[in-house]
Amino acid sequence: MKLRTLTAVAAVSTLALSGCVKNSAEGDAVIDVTSSKDDCTVSAATAKSGTVTFKVTNTGDKVTEFYLLGEDGLRIAGEVENIAPGTSRNLTLQAQPGTYFTECKPGMVGEGIGTAKFTVTGEKLAVSADEKEATDAAVESYTAYTKDQAGALVTATEEFVAAYIAGDDKEARRLFPLARRSYERIEPTAGLFGDLDPKIDYRKPGAEAEGLPFTGFHRIEMDLWLDEARKNYPGEKIEALDAAGRKKVGEQLVTDVQALYDRVHAKDFVMTLDDITNGAIGLLDEVAAPDGKLPGEEDEFSHTDLYDFYANVEGANVAYQSVREIALAKGKKGEELVARLDKQFKAMFELLETYGNFDDGFVSYDTVSQAKRNELGAQLNALSEPLSELTGIVLGTK
Amino acid sequence: MTEHDQAESPTEHLESKGVSRRAALGLMGAAGAIGLTGGVAAASHLPGNDSPSKAKVENASVPFHGEHQAGITTATQNHLYFAAFEMTSTATRAELMSLLEDWTYAANRMTQGLEVSESGATGGGPHSPPDDTGEALDLGAHSLTITFGFGPKLFDKRFGLESKRPQALKELPSFAFDLLEDQYSGGDLCIQACADDPQVAVHAIRNLTRIAFGRAQIKWAQLGYGRTSSTSKDQVTPRNLFGFKDGTANIFSDEKSDLNDWVWADGSDQPWMDGGSFLVARKILMLIESWDRVRLQEQENIFGRTKGDGAPQSGGKEFAEPNFEMISTATSAPVIPMTAHMRLANPHQNNGKRMLRRGYNFVEGNNDLGQIRAGLFFISYQKSPEQFIAVQNNLATDALNEYIRHVGSAIFAVPGGIKKGASVGAGLFT
Repeated sequence: MKLRTLTAVAAVSTLALSGCVKNSAEGDAVIDVTSSKDDCTVSAATAKSGTVTFKVTNTGDKVTEFYLLGEDGLRIAGEVENIAPGTSRNLTLQAQPGTYFTECKPGMVGEGIGTAKFTVTGEKLAVSADEKEATDAAVESYTAYTKDQAGALVTATEEFVAAYIAGDDKEARRLFPLARRSYERIEPTAGLFGDLDPKIDYRKPGAEAEGLPFTGFHRIEMDLWLDEARKNYPGEKIEALDAAGRKKVGEQLVTDVQALYDRVHAKDFVMTLDDITNGAIGLLDEVAAPDGKLPGEEDEFSHTDLYDFYANVEGANVAYQSVREIALAKGKKGEELVARLDKQFKAMFELLETYGNFDDGFVSYDTVSQAKRNELGAQLNALSEPLSELTGIVLGTK
Repeated sequence: MTEHDQAESPTEHLESKGVSRRAALGLMGAAGAIGLTGGVAAASHLPGNDSPSKAKVENASVPFHGEHQAGITTATQNHLYFAAFEMTSTATRAELMSLLEDWTYAANRMTQGLEVSESGATGGGPHSPPDDTGEALDLGAHSLTITFGFGPKLFDKRFGLESKRPQALKELPSFAFDLLEDQYSGGDLCIQACADDPQVAVHAIRNLTRIAFGRAQIKWAQLGYGRTSSTSKDQVTPRNLFGFKDGTANIFSDEKSDLNDWVWADGSDQPWMDGGSFLVARKILMLIESWDRVRLQEQENIFGRTKGDGAPQSGGKEFAEPNFEMISTATSAPVIPMTAHMRLANPHQNNGKRMLRRGYNFVEGNNDLGQIRAGLFFISYQKSPEQFIAVQNNLATDALNEYIRHVGSAIFAVPGGIKKGASVGAGLFT
């Protein structure tokens, strides 16, 4: 999937597609999708709101997937998986008006291909009165997102590690913050697996405090930004890793992110509604923590904290978008909260985008003044306060 | 409810609500919450020498509404938490208005010993963070006062308040020996929370800060323990960290005529300032270790008072009128040295200028060199900032300057008292 940094949350409602319903033939509109080896063609770029069916035919040589993504290019509005070569499957959904993106994923991992804009016009559909149905759809959508990001993480990490092991430091430094992006979007989910997060994402002080071997992204970061590492830890003798050392930590990281992928794709992996909403808060807490991005401690050698910051907010936004319709259906309080969250997510993205984007890069965080960090912190607080009320609203027990 | 109808649009109204969104909507809408007097009877504050029972101190509350804001002539409580805020970079005029409404609502409740909203610390259901942070549960109001002020920068063009700025509200000039740091200085808004329990004061600022997220953020804050001034003759004059009674010549709450002459502003410049005052805050570090090595005679010469009972060096008891003309026959020099702090700060040496002081001691651990980081958080209230400026300029030759450093400075216009049903500073937006 091409990297996008679209500001997600224009106040229009996208969402509430009821997920994938297989083998439905009742659709008002049937749109043909061809997933070839290297493209993803869609027979129409627009549809009217209502029941829409994508008939996906796999003409390539690998098992493929088809995605309809939300306006942010991240949230999964609907997906159909496991389309064997030479076969076709349908994705049928209740499409609300809004902007979407279509894409295919031959091989079912990594970034999607043939990403194209898809617009749904017409009247907004009434929200499902069936709360169970809406909840199931939200959980399904968010679970699919988590799996998708885990896949993207594997691919991006492999690419990053390959450059690092090959000794292409310049390329590895460029790929470092990009490879971390998917991890940062789903960090609280990864945190559910207590053994993996320490291996993949522990900072040097954290690993040492717990007596763990220092591995993962930040171990490689330290090796790639050796001057900064020696500056930060002047009392230690930090040596560059040799080729064998690089191979060892690199391959270990790939093994660990693959383990994460396997866990979230396991049959017994289930998420709940409050996993989603509390996960969103968890993502913002990751930013604000004393060893997080806001104080510039997360990426203490590379100073790429703003990439992680942005990805954390993206992940929180996807979680929010997954339950936004549920919140809206909770009456006046829900509507008020949605209005505030729409506004604050937008403001947060806009402020972060003044520092760059994934395509062109973000500015190095060590150049961001304390006053500017305070401004980021103030906006983060403005977003975190209403977000902390989301669980109470969507669970509707208050 | 009328105050709340002034928001620019219904959307702004909903989006910007801090407290009302938190389960307080019903109360705000239906009952006219701003005017509520609270569940705790509005007992008047108890004078310090009364040896009041523990329960009386705990439950004492100070009326929130009145001609002047509480927390100025209120008998000085034992603890302070002071916070200066800056409006966020995106804040609008409507958000400033809604913030002051929400702060007023919450402050009124907390000063009456109530939780910050109706649902409070435990009544909001298991799935939402509680409105009230809860650390003041069971503590009683402890004479909590919450006093609001507006800094000079609030009146720049951001909020359309240029024409509402009192002419006298300007950044303070530089003074001799200033060593000011931005991280302890300035601010668009301030809140002074005073109480006889430190946790009650901290709870107030913490909750008001939380309500402000998205609209304003803390720029700096100061925790003070141990009042250094009295605002009532019923209170014993306390000591500063140098061990001296300072501020004996303070204006007391029963000196109505002096309060009118020197503390309360009138509405002639800005009607919203009628019954208000100007607040000057100075963070003053004390060089404790150096001071402690000064011999007693020198210490007394620096202050111009005896250390034991705080009497002027010219004789008498603490409240005796100092005789600045008295010459020592032994030294042929003035008994109260020309550089004594008390001489230079005394109204008689400042064309009669007085001000109401409300400072607190602070200790913040140690600095990197192992020295105690401590001092005086000076607060004064005056009718015009000129009073402070004149006295501070007069202190340029103060012998005490060798042992203190001013590191923080701020000035705020404190609006008049809050009327029932209105918000603090409501007059800014008329």
